[in-house]
Amino acid sequence: MEKLLIRDLTKTFPAGRSTKDRITVLDNISLTIRENEFVSLVGASGCGKSTLLSIIAGLQSHVFFFKQKTAYEILGPGADRGVVFQSYTLLPWLTARKNVEFALEATGHSKSEIGDIAMNHLKLVGLEPFAERFPAQLSGGMKQRVAIARALSYKPKLLLMDEPFGALDALTRVQMQELLTGVWEREKLTVIFVTHDVEEAVFLSDRIFVMASNPGRVKTIYDVPLPRPRTPDTHRLPEFMQLQAEVLGSIRSEMRDR
Amino acid sequence: MARPRKKSILSMQAEISPSIYLIISICSFALFFAAWALIVQSGLVRPIFLPSPVAIVARLWALGADGTLFSDIAASVYRIGVGFIAASVTALAVGVLIGNYRFWDAAIEPFLDFIRYMPVVAFVPLTILWTGTTDTQKFLVIWIGTFFQQALMFMDNIKRVPPDFIGFGRTVGLSDAKIVTKIILPSAAPQIWDTLRISLGWAWTWVVLAELVAARSGLAYRIPVAQRYFQTDTAIGYIVVLGVLGLISDQIMKFAGKRMFRYEAKH
Repeated sequence: MEKLLIRDLTKTFPAGRSTKDRITVLDNISLTIRENEFVSLVGASGCGKSTLLSIIAGLQSHVFFFKQKTAYEILGPGADRGVVFQSYTLLPWLTARKNVEFALEATGHSKSEIGDIAMNHLKLVGLEPFAERFPAQLSGGMKQRVAIARALSYKPKLLLMDEPFGALDALTRVQMQELLTGVWEREKLTVIFVTHDVEEAVFLSDRIFVMASNPGRVKTIYDVPLPRPRTPDTHRLPEFMQLQAEVLGSIRSEMRDR
Repeated sequence: MARPRKKSILSMQAEISPSIYLIISICSFALFFAAWALIVQSGLVRPIFLPSPVAIVARLWALGADGTLFSDIAASVYRIGVGFIAASVTALAVGVLIGNYRFWDAAIEPFLDFIRYMPVVAFVPLTILWTGTTDTQKFLVIWIGTFFQQALMFMDNIKRVPPDFIGFGRTVGLSDAKIVTKIILPSAAPQIWDTLRISLGWAWTWVVLAELVAARSGLAYRIPVAQRYFQTDTAIGYIVVLGVLGLISDQIMKFAGKRMFRYEAKH
């Protein structure tokens, strides 16, 4: 079943003084994301992958050239899509628990239930003992785990992740990938994950969209036929390494062409 | 073989314990007052120009006993209180507006920059013309002196709120008004508090100016009166009192800020 359908999406930014000068950052993007699918967008910087994600989140304007009638259009941000940003976005004056409760309250949950939902989601990311800590007292990895818990807590239909582990050190990153894949396998979510780390994309995804730049477009789509659950051993499978090399090659060839 | 250089408390970036820090600070105060007392004692300067610190303390004591000092403090604190709060509230509203809306930025910001460079001192005769020598005139001088600077600093505080905080607010469906009250203002609060603390220092200067020019009460009203009667001890004593009051208000703000924004601490 399709979860998100994008047809002929174009995005331009103003370039130069004249309002007519515009650069095309996304050119006629079309893609389909299925229910409960984990999809990664990868590509060299400047290919528009983060822009595409923030359009899906409703945080940036966009143009659709409708060729066919779609049932639903992104008119703005909304609680049907949860976003985990690359930068730390926990509100520093609220504890971990209060941060999750903040999102729950904003999305219209009643005050009586938000406490339990918040604690359950902190448990999901293994941060129950840190519920009363302020963000300044949490490590980078913990902050992103709370951010994931917060984005999942109000049950969005789509989870959008924009390089959420980009600012973390290599070891924490691997731990976070294992945590995320575990959460995904248990909770059955639909995730769009932006990253420039090919290994991360292969480990987490069902499908990988390789994007190319100037203008930003989807170049190749790779299926990831690796077995689930994915574990640390998954990295050592020959299929894993071969796919990783293929995806990397695809991005590299695109960079050479430029 | 080179030996590591012996560290003294005078070497660059040397660590000093809090108690040593306090002792050094107290010593510099003591040194200053000792030098002052010595100069007066030696007869180099006549007491009518520079009375001894002891004479000034005695004079302040007497003024405290007959109530003059406290009624003067009350008058000045009342004026700075009203003027500063009025400036802060209006400046914060304008700062939020220009910090969040490009339209209001374009409409107001260049204009504020323009007025900001007009000397506040030159407005004093006008304020008397407009409002007489009432307390309202004092409020107005403080407001003119603080509002324009504050508005720009608040704008800057607001603009520094991480854009992804606002993005997060949007993704959970908050309205613009809620984003301002529940995300932008709390997020900028520590910086806003710093701005208040800095601008309170300026407000003290403006209340002094307003009272020097036209007032019937207040700390700075007493100074030119004392000068007229050659009461140098009163004049200097009041200047010291102003300094101490400024220091106290600053320390209160600093302490309150530390309490309110404890969540920023790593432990």
